[in-house]
Order: sequence, then structure tokens, then C-alpha cells
Amino acid sequence: MQFRNHEVVGDILDLAERYRDEGADELVFYDITASPDGRTVDREWINRVAEILDIPFCVAGGIRTLKDAEEILNFGADKISVNSPALANPDLINELVRRFGSQCVVIGIDSREEDDSYRVYQYTGDPDKTKHSGRITADWVKEVQERGAGEIVLNCMNQDGVRNGYDLKQLSEIRAVCDVPLIASGGAGEMQHFADVFTVACADGGLAASVFHKAIIEIDDLKRFLQTQNVEIRI
Amino acid sequence: MSGSLAIIDGGGANIASLTFALQRLGVTAQLTTDKSAIAAADKVILPGVGAAADAMTRLQHADLCQFIRDLKQPVLGICLGMQLMFDASEEDDATCLGIIPGKASRFTPAPNRPVPHMGWNKVLQKSSSPSFAGIEDNSYFYFVHSFALPISEATIGSTDYGSEFTAVVESKNFIAAQFHPERSGAVGAKFLKNFINNYN
Repeated sequence: MQFRNHEVVGDILDLAERYRDEGADELVFYDITASPDGRTVDREWINRVAEILDIPFCVAGGIRTLKDAEEILNFGADKISVNSPALANPDLINELVRRFGSQCVVIGIDSREEDDSYRVYQYTGDPDKTKHSGRITADWVKEVQERGAGEIVLNCMNQDGVRNGYDLKQLSEIRAVCDVPLIASGGAGEMQHFADVFTVACADGGLAASVFHKAIIEIDDLKRFLQTQNVEIRI
Repeated sequence: MSGSLAIIDGGGANIASLTFALQRLGVTAQLTTDKSAIAAADKVILPGVGAAADAMTRLQHADLCQFIRDLKQPVLGICLGMQLMFDASEEDDATCLGIIPGKASRFTPAPNRPVPHMGWNKVLQKSSSPSFAGIEDNSYFYFVHSFALPISEATIGSTDYGSEFTAVVESKNFIAAQFHPERSGAVGAKFLKNFINNYN
């Protein structure tokens, strides 16, 4: 889910409730109110989401310090997802893991194919600031695991927003070096894409936003379809 | 619906989701390390997030180890709270409460078995229990853990994650789940409700 600012808290709660009732297994909230300008962010909404959700949820965005993470977890989130700040300061991963445990610490990675290899990008929230981080994706995946990350969300940028299917080639390659849960992101457009990401790329989860927001795919239909494809899934 | 509920405050553990889940069931719980408050409660929950050794150190500092072993009212352990009820854990070689025989060991990562185990898995009901009242066999619950208990005499529910491990355990007045009922949707809520309503 993406949202713009705290003025839409009502919408967030409605959406959270809707996805909970439709059978989503986990929700990720991209808190882009946590802008890079360093102003204080009101995270009270997390508490209100925790109050109504009976499935796990993760908050991503704007987590730069242990204090940020602690606040989010104390408000009731199950996990925090860190992307650019981990690239800028990899030790942050170790600190978060030591304090809160691996199971809370998700690393988001934006990756794109370039010169025949997959490379990590940072600051992808702002098109003007997006830049190559200087890292090879597979190497970064190994490093964040060594530092204790408990889960990896791989956002395949070539596929993002185009709904042509998950990047199975890249996901399969990363799966081979990933011993922690791997969540696929970017590209879901049809139910078959989800089946492929589980059966071909062996991802542990499929993340999608627009197909659910726009009700192109109903979660319940999707899960019943996946069951016919022999994907083990909670209905 | 019966009486008062105390949650043992392991310190540092994030228990907002648990208190909210109880709140949705109309139950107010007291988060405490105070022995007289815990002793006076009709039921007790031992939650736990984090590492076994740290959690045991905190219980020792609060002088609660023997006190928990001696509790006579129904006690529900959740996730690490369940592992603490056993003899020991491989995690930092921790000695635990020793209420139920067994030792938690680490999952070895394998293809199709990422570690930590985080996700929804089926729980096979190995014997009938008030904990499973109204819950279909092989229902899905949400798990988050890297260490697990083998199947033992006290196991009443099991889950297969590359190998079979103890998902629910019951021994005298101690009941415990490896999964997080507070994050397991409607069946999880039912499991919590069963603890509140079906034990005395």
C-alpha cells in the first residue's frame, strides 16, 4: 500500500480492514510521509492499524535509527523494512537485529539489470535522486543476510508498474543465494504471475499493490486459483 | 468469559499486537512483573519476542523463574514464551524454565526452507484439547521463529516445515503455542478465546 500523508489515515484504516477481510496474509505500509527533510513524523496511525489488524504488518520508509524502529514496533508493527538507509550505513542492519531480532528486520532492495548484471539502486522514492548504489544485487543480498536480516523484499525495477509479470529470471538467481524468506515485488498483473513466482522462482511471498488497489485481481479469487496450481496457501 | 488476565512483562518485548487482540475479544489484560498481581490473576500469558537467553535473564532479574513454575492457574506461552517453558534452547545455550521436558534447536536452512520460518502454516491437531474447540484441523496459523521444539509427549499440535515440530503443547496448567495467535486472523482469535473461556 502506498499513501501520501497522515490526512488519509481514514483511508488507510479502511484499506487495512478491506485487505484483512479479503484474506491478505500480510500488509506492507510504505510510509512516505517520512520524507528526507528530517521533520518529525506522526506515526500514531501505526497504532490505529495495529488495533484493527489480526494479520502481520510491516512498515517501510524513513527508518534511519534505532529510535525510529523502536517507535514503529512499539506502536504495534511486526516488522520494519529498511532500504536506502541500510545502503548508506550497513551497520544499521546489525544494530537493528541485535536490538529487535532478525524476524523484525526486513531489507528492501531495488534492483535493475544493467550491463549484464543486477545492480542495487537507492533513493528510488524520488526520481531525481535515484542512483546506482555501486553494489551488485547478489552481493548485497549475501551481505544483509550475514548482518542478520530476517527477510528480503526484492523489487525488480524493470518490471515495476508495468504488470507484465514478476522478473522470474532475476528472482531465481537471487533465490539461489538467499536463505531467508524472499518476497518478490514488481510486475504482478495477472493471477498466473503469482503462480509463476511461487512455482518457478520459489519466492516465499508475492507483493503487489496496484492490482489489488484497482481491484484488477480479487485476493480470494487469486488464492483459490493458486490452490489449483498446487501452491500451498491459506484460504 | 472469565476473570482477570495478567501478561508477564518480559521487558522490551513488543506486546501491542497481543493486547489489541485481547481487546478485540473484550478482555483487558494487565502487563506486569508484580508477583502479587500475577498470582491474583485468573489466567496468565507469557509472551516473548527476542532471544531466549535475554528473556531468561530478564525473568531472573524480576525473580520470576520459580514463581512461574509454581503457578497453578492456566498459563499460556506464546512463541518464545513457549520455548521458555521447556528445559533449554540451543539459542545462546540458554537454560529455560524446565516446566516441560525438551530442548529447542535451530532450523537448518535448506532449499524450500528459509530460516527464520516466517509465514502461514497448517497445524495438525494430534489430540483433542479445549484449545482446539471450534478450530478446524489443519488450520493455518502465523509463525515467526528460527528455533523449534521436537515432537514430545506434551505435543498436541504439530507443523511440518521441512521437518515436523511442536506447534502447540499442553502439560497440566501450561498451554503454549509456537505461532502467534494474535496475528493469525480469525482462527488465532478463536485460539485465544479458547484459552480465556475453556480453562479454569
